[in-house]
Amino acid sequence: MTEKQHKISFYRTEMLPPKPPPPATTGVLGWMRENLFSNWWNTILTFIGLYIIWLIVSNFVQFAILDAVWEGKDRNACLPKNGVEVGACWAFVRARFNQFMFGFYPVAEQWRVNLTYLVGIILLIPMLIPSVPWKRLNGILLLVAFPIFAYLMLYGAPSLNLPIVETTRWGGLLLTLVIAITGIVTSLPLGVLLALGRQSKMPVVRLVSIIFIEFWRGVPLITVLFMSSVMLPLFLPEGVTLDKVVRPLVGVALFSAAYMAEVVRGGLQAIPKGQYEGAMALGLTYWQMMRLVILPQALKMVIPGIVNTFIGLFKDTSLVSIIGLMDLLGIVQSALADAKWSTPTTAPTAYLFLALTYWFFCFGMSRYSIFMENYLHTGHKR
Amino acid sequence: MSAASEHAEAKVPLWNNPRVRALVSQTLLIAVLAWAFWTIFQNTVHNLEQRKIASGFGFLSTTAGFGINQVLFLEYTEASSYGKAFLAGLLNTLVLSFIGIIFATILGFIIGIMRLSHNWVISKLAAGYVEFFRNIPLLLQIFVWYNVVLKPLPGPRQSLEVAGVFINNRGVYSPKPLFTDAWWFVVFAFIAGLIGTWAVARWARKRQMETGQPFPVGWTALGLIIGLPLATYFIVSLVAGNPVHFDYPELKGFNYRGGMRIIPEFVAMLLALSIYTAAFIGEIVRAGIQAVSHGQTEAALALGLTRGQMLRLVVIPQAMRVIIPPLTSQYLNLTKNSSLAVAIAYPDLVAVGGTILNQTGQAIEIIGLWMLIYLSLSLATSAFMNWYNAKMRLVER
Repeated sequence: MTEKQHKISFYRTEMLPPKPPPPATTGVLGWMRENLFSNWWNTILTFIGLYIIWLIVSNFVQFAILDAVWEGKDRNACLPKNGVEVGACWAFVRARFNQFMFGFYPVAEQWRVNLTYLVGIILLIPMLIPSVPWKRLNGILLLVAFPIFAYLMLYGAPSLNLPIVETTRWGGLLLTLVIAITGIVTSLPLGVLLALGRQSKMPVVRLVSIIFIEFWRGVPLITVLFMSSVMLPLFLPEGVTLDKVVRPLVGVALFSAAYMAEVVRGGLQAIPKGQYEGAMALGLTYWQMMRLVILPQALKMVIPGIVNTFIGLFKDTSLVSIIGLMDLLGIVQSALADAKWSTPTTAPTAYLFLALTYWFFCFGMSRYSIFMENYLHTGHKR
Repeated sequence: MSAASEHAEAKVPLWNNPRVRALVSQTLLIAVLAWAFWTIFQNTVHNLEQRKIASGFGFLSTTAGFGINQVLFLEYTEASSYGKAFLAGLLNTLVLSFIGIIFATILGFIIGIMRLSHNWVISKLAAGYVEFFRNIPLLLQIFVWYNVVLKPLPGPRQSLEVAGVFINNRGVYSPKPLFTDAWWFVVFAFIAGLIGTWAVARWARKRQMETGQPFPVGWTALGLIIGLPLATYFIVSLVAGNPVHFDYPELKGFNYRGGMRIIPEFVAMLLALSIYTAAFIGEIVRAGIQAVSHGQTEAALALGLTRGQMLRLVVIPQAMRVIIPPLTSQYLNLTKNSSLAVAIAYPDLVAVGGTILNQTGQAIEIIGLWMLIYLSLSLATSAFMNWYNAKMRLVER
């Protein structure tokens, strides 16, 4: 009976083997058909795009690698040979590399800078990797102990047998990093305070914070730098002078604190009211509530914004070259004026070197912010 | 107030009363700030006396004595006053920012749309553009455009010529249009076209609301704004002769005379500012369009709208709401970044002010003027964009 039923059943009793997917939609070919050549218009776009990429890459390789001059003592190495222009004059960058990195820091003392970098990196890397423990100790070392150490190492302390190196001799990447890192370290707490002030219930505190933030955000950094280098000395009592490097630092720190405040405010506004009420119901004081409940959540939410502000700050440090400091951009600009190296390709090479250096730092930071954003993609985000 | 709460209030010690604490801390803040400002004021007055620097804005009416190599809408000579020099600088800043904003917006929208393209090569190209230009300091980009791209251009005698426009390392020289009085008819026709378009758009919207009949406003506007002045131009030409003459640049000696000159500093600033800002605007546009949910486009297509109608009527209006606030801050950034012009001596507000500062030493007045002007520019731009934002906002019941 059952056998008969089986025979007359008009539906299949066993599964067919799965068919291979249509070749037009899978694999490399399918992907290309879908994303590059889906219609004639797309095909034209693809070829135009590929042509542009080819132009950029081939010219770059030709200029920066194939035609480049790597060795040489002066401009003769990089002058056009037999009427044909040479590529990048890396010999120039190599000859001035030490200056670009350290400015006029005495060569005999440069180990101090390198040691500071090393200690900084050793402290920074575990801080950046979320899974490494002892974050609090690490943070205290990085934010409290390291600045003191760096100051002693870079500026010097005769009692520790470290001769003093005046800040006027600092320059190049060293100065850029000093300004950027000092700006970053001071602007974050200042920005948090200002953001809290702007959210405060006390009218005077709120008004002062709003005026401060809107003032700094409304003016360009270059006027702030002019102000700090020209006006700040006038503000101080007679006899008190501020170091030439410290003056722009004050300007940069206040300027980025205002931007930081707006970023942090965004985080504070995103915290649900229940969190504030819950903290208050537990009997926490204002500062306990902020420190233990609100700020940890708010800051976590706006890490990408904070890192973006850092990137902006890092790029903005190049502006100090306009008021005459020898930061990375400033020292390269002044090196370009040297007749010993004046060739048609010196400036493009130097700018390429600068662009790659700045790009490396900024791109690194932005990648880190994307990583953190994904890592923290928990909780409030849907 | 009930007796119980009065009783409870009386028990709180004075130093724990939130109202008293707030009052005390705010008074303290005011006192500290007042003290700080007073000290700064005292020090400044003392220092200025010590250095024998004059104060006040009297210097604005004294003779400047320096030339400015780009003066727009003004008659400025070396004999003009500092005030006029400042004004010329301000106009240069405004013109640069205005044109820069237009270019950056166009380029930024192109980049943002390219970034969303289904074509892999095109979207990666746009991504590369964004990642490259936004991670390099603007100042460096200005230097590159000025020193690497524009400086090595050939001298005036070997100028590149493109359709009557001469390009060399002293700038871009193009024919300068000179208008006769009859040109005013064309201008009036243009204004009439604008007013007519506005009236037609208003009437068309009203009619569509009432009857559902659409009216081709776009074509009418094209006809009114471009066709009407063009027709007027031909009629005026026939009646009173051509109302436009061109002053062509000519090579005389070592340089071009006549025509219209765009200085290379302006070109470098414009290129750097618009390319740099476009990278940020591209990201804003991409985020804005991505913020419009896919259901909206599906619903639009299901209603039978064409792709163009869908973009114009459904996607873009909603995306604009997300785009406008960050776009405003980019416009403000561009305006503020135009102050970097001082690095390549484009005579903007900061460069001219810097020269005046060096000549007179009146730092406080000049920096104060700078900040005042930039602050009011910022506030004016954000006020305008806020108005626009309010107009575009979702109308809710």
